[in-house]
Amino acid sequence: MSTAGVASRTRGGPGWGRLLRRNAWTLGTYALFIAVMIFTISIHPSYGPFEVESLVVGAMPLAFAAAAQACVVIGGGIDLSIGAMMAVANVVSARYMLHHDFQTAILISLAVLVGGTLAGALNGVIAVRTRVPDIVVTLAMSFVWGGVALLILAKPGGGAPDQFLAVASGNVLNPWVPNGLIVLIVVVALVWVPLKLGRLGLALYAVGSDRTAAFRRGVRVGPTRVMSYALGGFFAACGGLALLMSTDIGSPLAGTIYTLSGVSAIVLGGVSLAGGRGGLTGPIVAAFVLTLVPADLILSGTDPNLGQVIQGVLLVLVVMAGGLAPLLRARARERRVQTG
Amino acid sequence: MADPEILLETRGLSKNYGAVVALRSGDLSVQAGEIHALMGANGAGKSTLVKVLTGDVTPNAGVILLNGREVRFASPASARKAGLASVYQDVSLVPLLTIAQNLRLTGTTMAAIRPWLAELELEDVDLTEYVRDLPTPTLHLLDLAQALAALPRLLILDEVTATMPADLSERVFRVARRWRSEGRSVLLISHRMTEVKALCDRATVLRDGTTVGVVDLESSGQEEIVSLMLGEEAASVVVSEGAVADSAPTARTDSTDALEVRGLRSGVLQDISFSLRKGEVLGIVALEGQGQADLFECLSGNRRPEAGEILVQGKSKRFRHPHDAIGAGLVLVPADRALALLRQRSVLENIALPMVNQLRRWGLINTRTERRRVSSAIKRLEIDTRAGSRVMRLSGGNQQKVTIARWLATGFLTLLCFDPTRGIDIRTKDQIYRVLRELAASGSAVLLFTSEMPEIQLACDRALVMFAGRVVAELTAHDATEAALLRAAHGLERSHAASGDAAS
Amino acid sequence: MSTQAAGMRRGRLATLQGQLRDRPSLALVGVLLFLVLVIGVTRPGTVGPTWVANTILFAAPLGIVAAGQTLVMLTAGIDLSVASVMTAAAYVAASQSYFGSIRAVLLALAVGLVVGLLNGIGVAIFRVQPLIMTLGMSLVVSGVLLIYSLKVSPEGPPNVPDIVRTIGSGKVLGFVPNSALLWGVIATIVIVGLRQTGFGRLIYAVGDNPVACRLAGVRGWLVLLATYVMCGFLAGVAGLVLTGAINGVDLSLGDVYLLPSVAAVVIGGTSIYGGNGGYVGSLVGALILTVLSSLFTLLDAPDPLKQILYGAIVVLLAAVYVRTAGDSS
Repeated sequence: MSTAGVASRTRGGPGWGRLLRRNAWTLGTYALFIAVMIFTISIHPSYGPFEVESLVVGAMPLAFAAAAQACVVIGGGIDLSIGAMMAVANVVSARYMLHHDFQTAILISLAVLVGGTLAGALNGVIAVRTRVPDIVVTLAMSFVWGGVALLILAKPGGGAPDQFLAVASGNVLNPWVPNGLIVLIVVVALVWVPLKLGRLGLALYAVGSDRTAAFRRGVRVGPTRVMSYALGGFFAACGGLALLMSTDIGSPLAGTIYTLSGVSAIVLGGVSLAGGRGGLTGPIVAAFVLTLVPADLILSGTDPNLGQVIQGVLLVLVVMAGGLAPLLRARARERRVQTG
Repeated sequence: MADPEILLETRGLSKNYGAVVALRSGDLSVQAGEIHALMGANGAGKSTLVKVLTGDVTPNAGVILLNGREVRFASPASARKAGLASVYQDVSLVPLLTIAQNLRLTGTTMAAIRPWLAELELEDVDLTEYVRDLPTPTLHLLDLAQALAALPRLLILDEVTATMPADLSERVFRVARRWRSEGRSVLLISHRMTEVKALCDRATVLRDGTTVGVVDLESSGQEEIVSLMLGEEAASVVVSEGAVADSAPTARTDSTDALEVRGLRSGVLQDISFSLRKGEVLGIVALEGQGQADLFECLSGNRRPEAGEILVQGKSKRFRHPHDAIGAGLVLVPADRALALLRQRSVLENIALPMVNQLRRWGLINTRTERRRVSSAIKRLEIDTRAGSRVMRLSGGNQQKVTIARWLATGFLTLLCFDPTRGIDIRTKDQIYRVLRELAASGSAVLLFTSEMPEIQLACDRALVMFAGRVVAELTAHDATEAALLRAAHGLERSHAASGDAAS
Repeated sequence: MSTQAAGMRRGRLATLQGQLRDRPSLALVGVLLFLVLVIGVTRPGTVGPTWVANTILFAAPLGIVAAGQTLVMLTAGIDLSVASVMTAAAYVAASQSYFGSIRAVLLALAVGLVVGLLNGIGVAIFRVQPLIMTLGMSLVVSGVLLIYSLKVSPEGPPNVPDIVRTIGSGKVLGFVPNSALLWGVIATIVIVGLRQTGFGRLIYAVGDNPVACRLAGVRGWLVLLATYVMCGFLAGVAGLVLTGAINGVDLSLGDVYLLPSVAAVVIGGTSIYGGNGGYVGSLVGALILTVLSSLFTLLDAPDPLKQILYGAIVVLLAAVYVRTAGDSS
């Protein structure tokens, strides 16, 4: 029960305090990453460029999967077929790039990106037009895309030219900055920054926050939702290509785990499953954390199979903590009202 | 007088949601330069008509003429372009964006909105604040400012003032008058007859989704509107003022306290004490946000008080969950029906809900007993259950009656009613107050907060006035005139400060 | 004239729609019969008592796991850990069979109960979104199972206990599968329980409006907790029935049941937003999905194509359902 509520109490002023509070979660993710990194270096004193490179190459697919899921979830949906779409992108590129030169490989990549965007858009159109809940649509679509991946490549196979693999693993600037990191940052920035600055990005967040209100503000809800799924498809395709770069093989089943770990990464990275909240940097950094943890387990001599368990426990604990935070804040506010 | 120019006209607008007809035939004609009221009981189709007018929903049939030309709006944005801007009853600002970002979504420039923020005295609101952090009345005003910034030819206000305290409503009315004086029009939807009388030129009345008449407010009175709203058969039941109070506090043998509150503190609530006798209806009167909500939350067990004591029949109780309060006989009827009802479930399941709230009742249900208790409650409140397979298909008044029937079927000691008649038509109001009186007569206690002060004398034996979290006055039903209540509610009479002991 | 006819047609359509809205399971039975008919026509002589018995036998694990999923979805939740629970229960039973069948079965069921309890605690007490909670649990369960499988394997290969095999693939009177009987008992309990018990009412109520429940004195967390425990338990039972039916076990045994368990419930007309639906629909939904995949098998469709069609048909059925019976809310 609540009636109109207590009068407006502008919390804090404008400025740093509020900025910190509004980005607390993302900052927390950064801090977690730094902590895990420090731990890694402490158990692995010879940590060097090679390890950074393998971390980046290993984390790229998950980072893109997280970016993909984040786009959809910010827009108020969820896409449980992202892993399957990644698999499709992965097998298509692996099958057709094999024995081709770098230029062809790039052309194929572009085609895969377009295809991924369209596949994501198809998910979105189905969810919007049929009004079937998105969990159901995309869970079913994960079967469809999984089947498509198997049609293209029944068993792991294919490959890519060495130059293509070097897009992720080489380095041109500095041994500590592998190409993969640059590619990741450039691709995400090229798509996300213009979007975030423009009205379209605002529309995306508005639709994720409250569809009715967004509609009344003049946002075209259906197309915006389809756009969020299309963005998800685009990043999923990026993820599929990254998967090829890191493994040099196409596998119709390799993508599936990224649906679940992508959801873990966005939740860890501060994207609210209720929509309208969060960004892309948090989930991407979280993807690095989730990649580092199992690696650390191996290094520290623990059973690497615990990695999955830890990921699950971490996921749940993070959400519990996230659920407690507003509760505590509300308590604190009540106390302030009382004394003030 | 020359023929006034007609700005907007609708003919035979209809809208149904599946099997539910929300609007049957909406006819409306708004002249340029008038404030036009749209009236009707709950579920008469007012809000649906507004939504159709502004492109929020598409009608199944009918036409909208703007300056004599037929128009169709695919969305509120296109209606806004054509000069129709609306402030909806449910706030339509995106909660997780800042106000500034919301303005950007509609393409409202700062230059366009600034004068209106000043006009509505909102200059001190921080536009970089998130919408979800601001209170509803402020958001309604912001929404209004933004609607005004588009300089619409027709401004539509859908029960915007329902949640506002008087001073904020006055700002809205000031703008509406200004709009009229500039030759533009306003369509006002409100349940408050006095507001409509004071502000509007003409009123269109809807009943059961159909336009039943247009009334000139200068020449005709309240009764005409009421009888139009209710239809002929209901005319006899109408506002028999004082009729309910006749059965008032005469023969009461039982004078034990059903409920006593000592030094309760929570939220806005500062150290409040009073007692409530069996067989009594005690009214609570307060302006918005004076702690009445906190009081009801504590009494119903929905929140733990910070300090103080709640005694039920002389025994001190601590509630950790509404479950405990209900166990002690304190039951709540909230103002917002959406908070109390299971929309997709049947009337029976809604009424029987509290009966299964104990672990030992998780087993097989005794259908016969259940049916008997539920149907006697339905009969007593005269609930129309024809659409009873899903509560959401019922009219607002019937829905509210279901929330009361629930407790009649379950049984209780003290009924806590928090503004149970908010947004309900007069006939249902009358029925509800009658039942409250009957309950008191049969020995139950009722604590009633109402935002409509004239109703205190209809239903209550005694009234407490709250201001800034304290009880500032205690009045008998006889003394509780609207004027006296208003004075006290604004904190003008602090001398009568009542306490629990003063009650006896 | 023509408008009148059109009006009448529209009227009849509306009545039909109304009937579908009130009795969605009728339409589902129609779909089921249609699929059976397709099989009968394309492969004459297939449909007979043995085929029916076998179909029910294959549908039983799905039907049982969908029962748990139905309960959870009625509370506006979802349980994505059912597949890993099925696998874990089956694997535990098989790996413990050396210590006696009873003990193995009890341990397997305990796995379901414990996972359900943890899910329930997370969702009901710590308010973690069901999707996240059960997703996290599925990661934990399959991770722990992987470690467990590496630890126990030296004691000998997993072996499905006799009782489980009897329940999963045995038949009474030569043609009624035991698992069908078990499914029947569970179905009866769930259907009657949802309609006629206080707990059943509360499942709907909590899914419809948790705030209203709280105000009516209902302790929603107890209801949620109990629901997730039941779902975990039923997933465990389903895992046992499955492993008994195919007489084998591996670490991805239950995986293929995740989508069908949700799909059967959704096709069956239970709203994913809670508060509306029931098990009868899910039961028919489980049968439809089973008949569908047996149709694909009969048509010799290659696996990938089967998968694509399966997904597409689930979307299609769900869309048709939303269109005919959905209240626009």
